[in-house]
Amino acid sequence: MSDDMVNLEVDGRPVQARKGQMIIEVTDAVGAYVPRFCYHEKLSIAANCRMCLVQVEKAPKPLPACATPVGEGMKIFTRSPYAIAAQKATMEFLLINHPLDCPICDQGGECELQDLAMGYGRDVSRYTEKKRVVKDKDIGPLVSTDMTRCIHCTRCVRFGQEIAGIPELGTTHRGENMKISTYIEKSIDHELSANIIDLCPVGALNNKPYRYSARAWEIEQRATVAPHDCVGSNIYAHVLRGTVKRIVPRPNEAVNETWISDRDRFSYEAIYSADRLTTPRVRENGEWRDTDWESALKLLAEKLQAAGKDAGILLSPSSTTEEAYLLAKIAGHLGSPNIDHRLRRQDFSDQDNDPEAPLLGLEIAALEQVDGAFVVGSSIRREAPILAHRLRKAALRGARVSFACPEPESYHFGVHEYLSDAGLLTELAGVAAAAGCASNPSVRDLLAGVSATAAQQRVAASLSEAGSSVVLLGAIAERHPAAAALRTLAAAIAGATDSALGYVSEGANSVGASLAGALPHREAGGAARGAKGRCAAEIATGKGPALLLFGAEPGPDVPAFASEKRGYGFVAACTPFRSDALEASADLLLPVGTFAETSGTYVNCEGRWQSFAGVARPVGEARPGWKVLRVLGNLLDAPDFDYENSEEVRDELSAHLGSTPPKGGYAGGGKPVKAGAGSDDARRLDVPMYQVDGLVRRATALQRTPEAIRGREGC
Amino acid sequence: MSRSVRVFVPRETAAVSLGADEVAVALESAAQRNHGMAVELVRNGSRGLSWLEPLVEVETGGTRTAYGPVAPEDVDGLVAAGLFEGGTHALSLGPAEKIPYLATQQRWTFRRVGIDDPLSMDAYRAAGGFEGIGRAFELGPSAVLEHVIESGLRGRGGAGFPAGIKWRTVAAATADRKYIACNADEGDSGTFSDRILMEGDPYTLIEGMLIAGYTVGAHKGYIYLRSEYPLARRILGQAIANAREHGWLGTNVRDSGFDFDIELHLGAGSYVCGEETAMLESLEGKAGLIRYKPPLPALEGLFGKPTVVNNVVTLASVPDIVRLGGAAYAALGSGRSKGTLAFQLAGNVKRGGLVEIPFGATLRSLIEDWGGGTASGRPVRAVQVGGPLGAYLPDSLLDTPLDYEAFAAAGGMIGHGGIVVFDDTVDMAAQARFAMEFCSVESCGKCTPCRIGSVRGVEVIDRILGNQDRAANLELLDELCETMVQGSLCAMGGLTPYPVKSALKHFPGDFEPRSGGKR
Ligand SMILES: Cc1cc2nc3c(=O)[nH]c(=O)nc-3n(C[C@H](O)[C@H](O)[C@H](O)COP(=O)(O)O)c2cc1C
Ligand code: SF4
Ligand code: SF4
Ligand code: FES
Repeated sequence: MSDDMVNLEVDGRPVQARKGQMIIEVTDAVGAYVPRFCYHEKLSIAANCRMCLVQVEKAPKPLPACATPVGEGMKIFTRSPYAIAAQKATMEFLLINHPLDCPICDQGGECELQDLAMGYGRDVSRYTEKKRVVKDKDIGPLVSTDMTRCIHCTRCVRFGQEIAGIPELGTTHRGENMKISTYIEKSIDHELSANIIDLCPVGALNNKPYRYSARAWEIEQRATVAPHDCVGSNIYAHVLRGTVKRIVPRPNEAVNETWISDRDRFSYEAIYSADRLTTPRVRENGEWRDTDWESALKLLAEKLQAAGKDAGILLSPSSTTEEAYLLAKIAGHLGSPNIDHRLRRQDFSDQDNDPEAPLLGLEIAALEQVDGAFVVGSSIRREAPILAHRLRKAALRGARVSFACPEPESYHFGVHEYLSDAGLLTELAGVAAAAGCASNPSVRDLLAGVSATAAQQRVAASLSEAGSSVVLLGAIAERHPAAAALRTLAAAIAGATDSALGYVSEGANSVGASLAGALPHREAGGAARGAKGRCAAEIATGKGPALLLFGAEPGPDVPAFASEKRGYGFVAACTPFRSDALEASADLLLPVGTFAETSGTYVNCEGRWQSFAGVARPVGEARPGWKVLRVLGNLLDAPDFDYENSEEVRDELSAHLGSTPPKGGYAGGGKPVKAGAGSDDARRLDVPMYQVDGLVRRATALQRTPEAIRGREGC
Repeated sequence: MSRSVRVFVPRETAAVSLGADEVAVALESAAQRNHGMAVELVRNGSRGLSWLEPLVEVETGGTRTAYGPVAPEDVDGLVAAGLFEGGTHALSLGPAEKIPYLATQQRWTFRRVGIDDPLSMDAYRAAGGFEGIGRAFELGPSAVLEHVIESGLRGRGGAGFPAGIKWRTVAAATADRKYIACNADEGDSGTFSDRILMEGDPYTLIEGMLIAGYTVGAHKGYIYLRSEYPLARRILGQAIANAREHGWLGTNVRDSGFDFDIELHLGAGSYVCGEETAMLESLEGKAGLIRYKPPLPALEGLFGKPTVVNNVVTLASVPDIVRLGGAAYAALGSGRSKGTLAFQLAGNVKRGGLVEIPFGATLRSLIEDWGGGTASGRPVRAVQVGGPLGAYLPDSLLDTPLDYEAFAAAGGMIGHGGIVVFDDTVDMAAQARFAMEFCSVESCGKCTPCRIGSVRGVEVIDRILGNQDRAANLELLDELCETMVQGSLCAMGGLTPYPVKSALKHFPGDFEPRSGGKR
């Protein structure tokens, strides 16, 4: 036994534990449940609720399990009459002030207080005085408050201080007048704010859009994966008779821990948006009319067949891997290399040096262990809130985290350097110069005459001095007119400072779409295409007989494709939603399911394949995308298109890819890269958080948040 | 005739509130008017004989003759009676040191208090001041620590934890910074010893903090002073400035190579901020909420760094412990309660004031021999020791020896040594109710048992007194108290039931239903 282990007993069972662990960690580990309200494994210890009292042999009083460190030879009793009596006593106190409105409380059925009250409480309170009544506050469109139910556990307060980094909620007043509130009546405004709903052990903080819409016990919980960013947060959909009622986190320490972004939590509202396309529709002589699936698919097949090698396909980077793979297969069958998912990219000049997949360069969990990080061209809080949270944890541990970004952004930790004065390219060149890249042939031209500022030198030093470090390229860098030069510089900096190079990629599945070969220059698995196709920008602005849009709307998703400049004889869209732009530019609309209505796989930024089943009944006649594409393949007489289920599609691709993990980073080097033209006009490069895809744009509660309002005004 | 007479008029809050400043003015002008003699007016601290304040002393031929309590209008008569020559008058008390109240005390920590101008560096040094720190520099930190441990000195702020053990923990901790935090929040009812010391002998506290810093390796000290002590603030502030000027604070203290400075921080009028973790939060600029322990402040205290938190009197006892040796202090006292304690007599008592004696005397002797019984002349019915969270003791327990263990065995606590006396007109049910109410007002609100228990406790007592379901409510009160004792995060909620339960236990009659619609 090592020196830092102790032997103890929990309910008569011998247990070993690490010195310094709290009793509750040990009892949890052995499955001896101790009731608790204030304790939460992700938050600091507050020890204020006094619910977790246990009996410890020789202790003169019951001790709080969450705040008592284990000791050698300790004998702990979690369920002894003495322990139960102490827990019951606390429970009775809490119930005095707690309204008995469980029948109308959304927390009913999943309330930690209610659960415990059943176990411990007395039926009839011996305290007859009036309960405390507290005025509610409006803290925005996402979280409802019923502060009379608050038991002052301060989990929500600690969340703000410790996880979000902004104390949005706090305690005011003393004693029984203590209140939990926003200091002033204003909306909570952080991309992870709504996690306080899950943290609140009672019904004081609840899911506002979900309010009164279902009772916990009627609901089925189905696992799935969030569809908005490259993290792929694990989530549960709570489903009532086929309808998604809300989304909650599905804990996965390797990915999202116990958190999800507000975007992942509330975008489900759009599944039931009035914009849903519920039947296939076709335009004839300028008029839109409903049609049936059979004739719609037949029409699409005919047009694509006729277009052959000139057909174009643009798909959303949040399409599933199966959808991307089938689209790539269809393109291959047509003989067309004109397929792309990099819809917002402008500079494709160095695409041959793209990695096999835009990977993060390390595991998500490892991000919080780095000693240095340099985030280039990313509003990472908005692009991937969970990654920002991991970086914040790294910074709190002492890592030096720097940014180069034209957009100002506040990070709630001590940022090492924020380079934004000069353009992105200039700032990066300065850092590269400071890092000693001048002799690197690929950036030599870019560094001619550059001398580093003090701040740029500090960034370079923070990376080269770090034990482990990473340079991350975000969406603004990806969309930048000089993306190739930016990336070459970032790669040079990473190389010179022994840092990993990684990408915070667009959408939920840029990695999966790349691996599946939804690219004009590469096939599934990364082999170069014999004949290179047109890239996304060329497809969007180009001319041709037929274009298929998959999950992407002209305008917000495909900025380069504007209806009035449409150069295609025929445009079809597989889409969950109608939009004015779609109706203006397309000839055929096919209703496909959202992430909730299909099975599929997202491959996240660390290369983790996360498959999920459909969780909701498809709306109207919408069909899962992979099924639509399978039928389309059949109609086109494409070989090997007889899939029974999406797993077969996935397995075919993964067998093709083999077991060697894909390479990230930068595939180039040596060859000089020119600086592309164009400035970093942030307005155009930064897509507001709640505009990134069709789902979030139609999520009504999200659209009422301050963040969404700022995003709209900024656009 | 050019004899110089030194006249002492205390500048101490109690004396000043009883007219000491006016007395001083009257004495000065009388001296000018009537006599060619040079009168040197000294504003000393208080000797702690509060019932005699303003206590004027005149030094003639090496004797200090005392007069008191002196009102401004007594001054002319006193001067006429030959005050400046130590003449006799109805207010004469004879030589100050011989006043039995003082003569029978055994002063250690308060030995200099009230004797001279508290801000006079010369007077302080002449009375052995700064010899403790000087000796400490000769001995080295670990030997100083041994003396403090050997002395058996325990915390005077409430919990009675051995100071040396606490210091040893901080000394052993490795950290880039450590702190000394002096608790001068003195919030307990009936207590004033911290104030008398700070107003009467501030350098002793500074020296005690210096020694603490030197011993544990801290270079910064804070004094958390309650805002209700404006005079103490002025005197302490001046004392700190003087000490800096004379090189006793700052970098390289008196060429010892040791750096130490002190900052004075004002509290914000909350009782619970006297609890050490709430005090640390408040010092850090946050609301005074209790922190849970562990980690102990000794390991992670102020700004997360190892911190010695000690009461004013604890720290002020140290210079002489180092000067005279730990054994000298340990020779006093009884059992595990070593040394002396400055008890404070207050409430319904004839002779209120500060009584520093070794542990071991009985409560009765304090109240009767020093206190002279009740001020009202009626029999003593109940005594509360140790502040608002201390138990009420009936006459039958007054022979309990004043030592930590003996007191705890009797269900009481010595705490900061405040003794509040009640005569037989006291309504103990009202006192019990007050204890709960005090807690409901002063609770920091953090933990469930105290936040909710105190409010509901008041209601339950009201129902008992209103004769509503008496038996059931008495049982409920008992359980409520038990929940507070067992479950509270800090001693505020954990001790509040003591006055309540002791009142119930010793004075059950007061909880009988009231007739005549008293409530
Ligand atoms: C509610 C409450 C109030 C307290 N108030 C004071 C106070 O005013 N002054 C003080 O010295 N200690 C006070 N204490 C005790 C401190 O928590 C702590 O024990 C003390 O400052 C440690 O110093 P000592 O060991 O020198 O006594 C209080 C404790 C509690 C629970
Ligand atoms: S609102 Fe909920 S989470 Fe916040 S303190 Fe109250 S009970 Fe705890
Ligand atoms: S016992 Fe009272 S004062 Fe102490 S932490 Fe709990 S609520 Fe605050
Ligand atoms: S869970 Fe331990 S005190 Fe709240």
